[in-house]
Amino acid sequence: MAVTTDARDIDAAGSSSRKIVERGLARRKRNEVIFKGIGLGAILIGISLVAVLFGSILYKGVPAFTQATLHLDVTFDPAIVNVPEKPVQGADENDADYYERLLSWQRRLVFVNWNRVIQDAIAKVVPAAADNARDAAGMVASGERVRLRDMVAEDPSLIGTTKAVSLVAAANIDVWLKGNIDRSLAQSKQQLTALQQEWADDLYDRGVITMAFSSVLFTNVDSRSSPATAGLLGAMVGSIMMMLIVMFCAVPVGVMAAVYLEEFAPKNRLTDIIEVNINNLAAVPSIVFGLLGAAIFINLLGLPLSAPLVGGLVLSLMTLPTVIIASRASLRAVPPSIRQAALGVGASPTQAMFHHTLPLAVPGMLTGAIIGVAQALGETAPLLLIGMNAFVPNVPTTPIEQSTALPVQIYLWQGNEMRNFFEARTAAAILILLAVMISMNAFAIFMRHRFERRW
Amino acid sequence: MTTSTNTVAAEGQPIAHSVDEIERQAATAGEGVREHDAVFQTVRRPFEVPLVTKIDARDVCVDYGTKRALHHVSIKLPEKAVTAFIGPSGCGKSTFLRCINRMNDTIENCVVSGEIDMEGEDLNDKSRDVVLLRARVGMVFQKPNPFPKSIFENVAYGPRIHGVARDKKHLGEIVEQSLQRAGLWKEVKDRLDEPGTGLSGGQQQRLCIARAIAVSPEVILMDEPCSALDPIATATVEALIQELRENYTIVIVTHSMAQAERVSQKTCYFHLGYLVEEGPTETIFNDPREERTRQYISGVFG
Repeated sequence: MAVTTDARDIDAAGSSSRKIVERGLARRKRNEVIFKGIGLGAILIGISLVAVLFGSILYKGVPAFTQATLHLDVTFDPAIVNVPEKPVQGADENDADYYERLLSWQRRLVFVNWNRVIQDAIAKVVPAAADNARDAAGMVASGERVRLRDMVAEDPSLIGTTKAVSLVAAANIDVWLKGNIDRSLAQSKQQLTALQQEWADDLYDRGVITMAFSSVLFTNVDSRSSPATAGLLGAMVGSIMMMLIVMFCAVPVGVMAAVYLEEFAPKNRLTDIIEVNINNLAAVPSIVFGLLGAAIFINLLGLPLSAPLVGGLVLSLMTLPTVIIASRASLRAVPPSIRQAALGVGASPTQAMFHHTLPLAVPGMLTGAIIGVAQALGETAPLLLIGMNAFVPNVPTTPIEQSTALPVQIYLWQGNEMRNFFEARTAAAILILLAVMISMNAFAIFMRHRFERRW
Repeated sequence: MTTSTNTVAAEGQPIAHSVDEIERQAATAGEGVREHDAVFQTVRRPFEVPLVTKIDARDVCVDYGTKRALHHVSIKLPEKAVTAFIGPSGCGKSTFLRCINRMNDTIENCVVSGEIDMEGEDLNDKSRDVVLLRARVGMVFQKPNPFPKSIFENVAYGPRIHGVARDKKHLGEIVEQSLQRAGLWKEVKDRLDEPGTGLSGGQQQRLCIARAIAVSPEVILMDEPCSALDPIATATVEALIQELRENYTIVIVTHSMAQAERVSQKTCYFHLGYLVEEGPTETIFNDPREERTRQYISGVFG
């Protein structure tokens, strides 16, 4: 019958097309598996590269957070520290006279043979040190002499007493004890003398030298004469100043620019050009901003070289496009229905913006701003061009004082000729920079969750 | 309130050109439609008892760039009554609705011409302050869009920005009254501090209505207010519209013919940017004169 034939034909066609689909099925599944595999592989490669990077930085950097430190009983022998009484301002004495007397007293203090003080302290634990002044003085970081001097300057009653003081060992002692130098090298190629090597091992075994937490890393400024006491304080303060400048310059300007462009600017050729240029600026190499900063802020406006103010302004310029783009994106992500609702009850466009759209966009804007600032914090290239790579052993107290910054300090330490000591120091500085950045990003995430509202 | 004694026009003349014909010509002659704008005649059906006119729109055209979305629409909207705009998507009914509170101003390239007269003032006059206008003409949107703030803040926002409330107590009274009128007071009075977005869809839409009436408007525009709601919430909102009609002039855009029939006193049928037929809801639904209206209402298309 015709009907059954038709039905069979349809059945046959159905089963054949089903077969075609079935044949293709295996291939489709295979493709799916391959794509998933490629994607997973990409992620694994990425993660493993990051792991290698972090692993190597941690491996190198963590040991630098502890440092060879001598725990000595320092005697401030009046025979060596032979300074008169610290002057006291007389009742009828004017300030100028008093400071003159104080200065001459301090000058006397500077000329005290502090190496001798240290030598005597070491001689108490290693008697041989009494006859080997140079070797003994070379055990302790040279910057520590200054610390002893400052202790006495602050408290002259120390003279004639003995006090337990922890002194940072010289960088070479640290290198020797950490095994960062080949002990089998010929003596002529060693940085420590044979005596110093012997004393270092001996004192380390006796616990006079320990690996203590390296607080100088956080409390001292950079130093070239005393590498072991070189720290990051100046760089950290410089970076914080620049970050504050970026926050107060780039963020308000960027947010207001985004608000205007997104909500109020007419859509015409001019705003199109502005928009394209903002996007292009975000992709301009950062060193170009350094050139711009050098030309405008330093040459034209005459602002000082190496100043956090100039650095902050340059970084603000660099961060501005990022902030504008992120802010516009978060403004655009606010549902237009909210804006319409506000306009519908008679809010002016400005009111709709500031009462409704902007508060809803704040989490996204904050994220963009903080990530922009974090990026600025890690930027090095533009700072090199405005002179922030100068050696500045100083903590800036105002933004127009000379200063250095964390990433530039890393760059400087990376180039330091005392490689076997500064390699770890550099990695430690990188870790500190990363820690600051990660905490800033964590703060950004926290703020986003804090302010996020659902609609 | 109303001083105008105009009655809704009721010419009811036979049309010179059907929409069909114009569509056909437009398809072949591109911009040909405009030439016919002037000749096109809306079928106007009379009211037995003339209603007082609140808004008198004359010759309103809307252009989006070079595209004309609304062709010479003239409508009289009766006071304290519900006018429904029906028609297929893209027919211009929402566009016309948005002309009444100038929401089209926010759209780039949108040009509205013609006159929209409310009690002797032309709403379409560009020198008019839209802020004042929108306080007089409230709007309820298709999707419930409460602010992501508390229920109280949602309703209080309008009175607050207009500085209507004398003090906190007065503001509270306005909020309570608005919520009561919107039939939401009983449901939310104990949780005014909770976010408006936490309410159900129907409650949210009533909250939006409360927000609109909190600034005591004269006219409420509703752009498909029930399209995102389930049937039960729709019934509640429809009942609310019936109550609000006693105090407000309501214009509602809807895709639901049944809804238009249930809630409105006057119905306007739009098609492809033309106002095809308008008149008393009963007349339009029981005895449409224009072929397109008949087909749309009986469900042949749309």
